[in-house]
Amino acid sequence: MDEKIIFAGFGGQGIMSMGLIMSYAGMMDGKNVSWLPSYGPEMRGGTANCHVTISDEPVGSPIINEATVVVAMNRPSLEKYEKYIVPGGKLFINTSLIEKKAERKDIEIYEIAANDIANELGNLKIANMVILGALVRATNITKFESVLKALVEVLGPSKEHLVSINEKALKKGSELIENLNDKQKSHLE
Amino acid sequence: MAKVLMKGNEALAEAAIQAGCRHYFGYPITPQNEVTAYMAKRMPEVGGVFLQAESEVSAINMVYGAGGAGARVLITSSSPGISLMQEGISYIAGAEVPCVIANIMRGGPGLGGIQPSQSDYFQATKGGGHGDYKLIVLAPSTIQEMAELVQQAFHIADKYRNPVMILGDGMLGQMMEPVDFDILKKEENKIEEKPWATTGMGTRSKRNIINSLELDPQVLEKHNIEIFKKYQKAAKEEVRYEMTDCEEAEIILVAYGTIARVAKNAIELAKRENIKVGLIRPISLWPFPEEPFKKTRDHVKAYLTIEMSMGQMVEDVKLAVNGQKEVHFYGRVGGMVPEPMAILEEIKKIRGKK
Repeated sequence: MDEKIIFAGFGGQGIMSMGLIMSYAGMMDGKNVSWLPSYGPEMRGGTANCHVTISDEPVGSPIINEATVVVAMNRPSLEKYEKYIVPGGKLFINTSLIEKKAERKDIEIYEIAANDIANELGNLKIANMVILGALVRATNITKFESVLKALVEVLGPSKEHLVSINEKALKKGSELIENLNDKQKSHLE
Repeated sequence: MAKVLMKGNEALAEAAIQAGCRHYFGYPITPQNEVTAYMAKRMPEVGGVFLQAESEVSAINMVYGAGGAGARVLITSSSPGISLMQEGISYIAGAEVPCVIANIMRGGPGLGGIQPSQSDYFQATKGGGHGDYKLIVLAPSTIQEMAELVQQAFHIADKYRNPVMILGDGMLGQMMEPVDFDILKKEENKIEEKPWATTGMGTRSKRNIINSLELDPQVLEKHNIEIFKKYQKAAKEEVRYEMTDCEEAEIILVAYGTIARVAKNAIELAKRENIKVGLIRPISLWPFPEEPFKKTRDHVKAYLTIEMSMGQMVEDVKLAVNGQKEVHFYGRVGGMVPEPMAILEEIKKIRGKK
């Protein structure tokens, strides 16, 4: 396994947390992992991203130039990172905020209205977990159980009360993929 | 404590605490702020001192004082902040006071930017401050190695009574990787007696003085010669490096820190095209490892040094190769990071030359 995942979106959408939870889960699975955040001015309102590598081998460069998976939570992220994906790779698009369609034909595209689903679940802040749940189920990069454990770890004791709502979002995202048959793959609402 | 996921900056701080460091002085600057934040929280828990000084100049002189009193002391900053400290660092080296300084480099010159860089290599290894002195400089390339080298740095600083510098870049400071503190050697954390330290007279009959001023040129010359005897010893005993795939390599890459990791990706790309490429990764930047070049310069076609600078370590590589083979350079600056594909292109260019 040598998975290279780029998470990207606005500062405040939980981009870093998605990457962190994924990294923890990979570590719990016994894999080599690295997590590299953007730490520039984008943290204060622009686009934020993080690069996560999960691999059987020791991780070389933590910077991802060719991604196996990209998560685009807003439009600038889709425009910037669609071209980073290797042929056959996977792209997750938050259609609640992105009207534009992906252009690539050689990748698997998952369109998920993450903000709308999060709102239905009662908390807009968990849109990131809806997508992460879908990502885990669609890619099998890590076990779903590992992600649930990693979530507890990342939230920590001070945010323990938020575990259940985040779990709900992860499960919802996972169900979306389970209910999906191949024909519907690019029209998920 | 099994494996934990930590930022390089946090691992640096925790390793220092585990090495018995109970004094930290600093002043915030990106991209090393997590060290300051971690120490602000952790030091009170272990009964240590955390102090955010009013400036870098002030902080380094606090280090001078604490180190002179025999404490294991850490100071961290990033490029412009380290420049401000150079006077103090020269005094500390002149007065033979041990301490550990970490520079988590960002792009320069001047205020530059906050993205990763390796353009302080000259400053770290060739002086920086005034006078004849050396820093022992260690460059980790993973978070685990960051923890290992920080612990070794305290041990080496005490052994030679000299400042030791950890030289990392913003990427290494900011990224997270699993780190296991349980597998670190514990014996280096034992702090030996420091009979020279200014801890009060007690039962001693002679005063201990920490000072870098000596107006008698004969005495000052002798002092310089004594200091350089230590550096000769360090040049023998503190050399550290890693060699990968060098035996049959046609071209050998030379890179340190995070760029050595990028180089490893380039080696994998080259393998796919049946090009045999190796890597020499200096871990101690001073003393610079010459041995791996002596071992390889007979069979290799050329060396390619890769840095996030306009070409600094490449000068030490040229000295080590001593004109016997070609030494090429590829660098990116200002916070840009060399890409594996671009390194492969450089390799191909060198191969194409007759």
